[in-house]
Amino acid sequence: MAGIVIIGAGQAGASVAAKARVLGFSGQVTIIGDEPVAPYQRPPLSKGYLIGETNFERLLLRSPSFWSENGIDLKLGAPASAIDRFAKTVRCCDETVRYDQLVLATGSSPRRLPAQVGGQLGGVYTFRTVADANAMTAEFSPGRKLLIVGGGYIGLEAAALGAKLGLDVTLIEMAPRILQRVAAPATSDFFRALHAEHGVTILENIGLGRLIGEGRVSRALLSDGTELEVDFVIVGIGIAPRTQLASEAGLVIDNGVATDAFGRTSDPSIWAAGECASFRHGGSRIRLESVGHAIDHGELVARNIAGAAVRYKAQPWFWSDQYNAKLQIAGLNVGHDRFVVREGEGPSQSVWYYRGPQLLALDAMNDSRSYMVGKRIIETGQTILPEFVSDTSKDVKSLLSLATTITETFAA
Amino acid sequence: MIKITYVEHNGREHTVGVPQGGTLMEGARDNGIPGIEADCGGACSCATCHAYIDSAWIEKLPAKQPMEADMLDFAYEPDATRSRLTCQVRVTEALNGLVLHMPERQA
Repeated sequence: MAGIVIIGAGQAGASVAAKARVLGFSGQVTIIGDEPVAPYQRPPLSKGYLIGETNFERLLLRSPSFWSENGIDLKLGAPASAIDRFAKTVRCCDETVRYDQLVLATGSSPRRLPAQVGGQLGGVYTFRTVADANAMTAEFSPGRKLLIVGGGYIGLEAAALGAKLGLDVTLIEMAPRILQRVAAPATSDFFRALHAEHGVTILENIGLGRLIGEGRVSRALLSDGTELEVDFVIVGIGIAPRTQLASEAGLVIDNGVATDAFGRTSDPSIWAAGECASFRHGGSRIRLESVGHAIDHGELVARNIAGAAVRYKAQPWFWSDQYNAKLQIAGLNVGHDRFVVREGEGPSQSVWYYRGPQLLALDAMNDSRSYMVGKRIIETGQTILPEFVSDTSKDVKSLLSLATTITETFAA
Repeated sequence: MIKITYVEHNGREHTVGVPQGGTLMEGARDNGIPGIEADCGGACSCATCHAYIDSAWIEKLPAKQPMEADMLDFAYEPDATRSRLTCQVRVTEALNGLVLHMPERQA
């Protein structure tokens, strides 16, 4: 019996393997990972890890002995190079690994700046792996000039680390506002103000012309013609699912490796889990970039390999830490047509997203209570009238008893 | 190493050594003890590392920060005095011998 082979040693791949064992799968389980280290948490890399607040051992998802104790074979530092669907094998370095069931948990790679605009220069970094973080640690010394390209969460977290260590940080965002792709103006405003307070210069509506330097970056030409001196650059302009192996093997690719509700790809013996996989959600085919999804989707695939035939119901949640502020997000705001803001005490607020009467998602800034309440309402398929949400004379917990299903809302 | 006893909801006990400065959550994770999920990895962001501290030890723990208290309020069957998020409790010499109990499930 050739067992389960998982390509990708991130959160999703680790979840598949661990869950398979919990479910009593006794065949062989192999994880193939291209990084030379055991599965670890990525989110802390752009939070405490980079500035030495935590060490790598504490980021490991499991103790080093967990894998061997559970009979899970880790092939690390070993990129898979090809899948042969007819022989049911994976090519990995000089080895051919047989599978009965194959799981693609290949994750994503950060988009890089093209070489024509200086993307190949020294001192230009993307942020994805512990190796990426280690490579830029030495750059983070006080007074140095850091340019961040892209005002998404990864860029903002990197800006917060830079500011915390006394760097001179400038962040540019091509869109009219930071977080434009993922959040309402109220959330952008909150983070813009937070970063301004910590001395970060945020330039919106400004793109990168190109990076200039001899071997190593030393200046940046911006789209408005200004030129900045820079010591190093972090590029946070999004990620792309790693679909090459799947595509070369002839699997259907559609905004990621296309999977059905069970996590199966277009080949019945091949599954995909986590960030690399796309699935149907509310009428479109989406991917989710989050730890919660990687865990849930990975576990779903393990259950379905065992024959459970359960359909995936995404319950997305996310978080970001910047300075002392915590952002918690529940749900997906894609397709919202309005939002309401609930003001908190002190520097806290929550932004609730609706499509018609249905609550889709919320962003909670320093407001865990609103987050937990909103998350519960969303996950139980209920909604809450926006006028209740914005009414701060109501305790947030009381919103739980005011939540209704959509039919009840219309009947009322 | 600080001795900590984790009691699963089914009553099974695990007594393990947890390094000082680590958290109660990390002790469970690193020893493969079921019942604490810790999806967010210890960022006080998910409330899936909830446990009940044995009453005899409650007083020895540092107080909850407001964020932990807020998250706990929405955990599965929280107890006003005994519930903690284990990712927020650092292990110190004073906690040597501590006993904690897992909830029936996480939120």
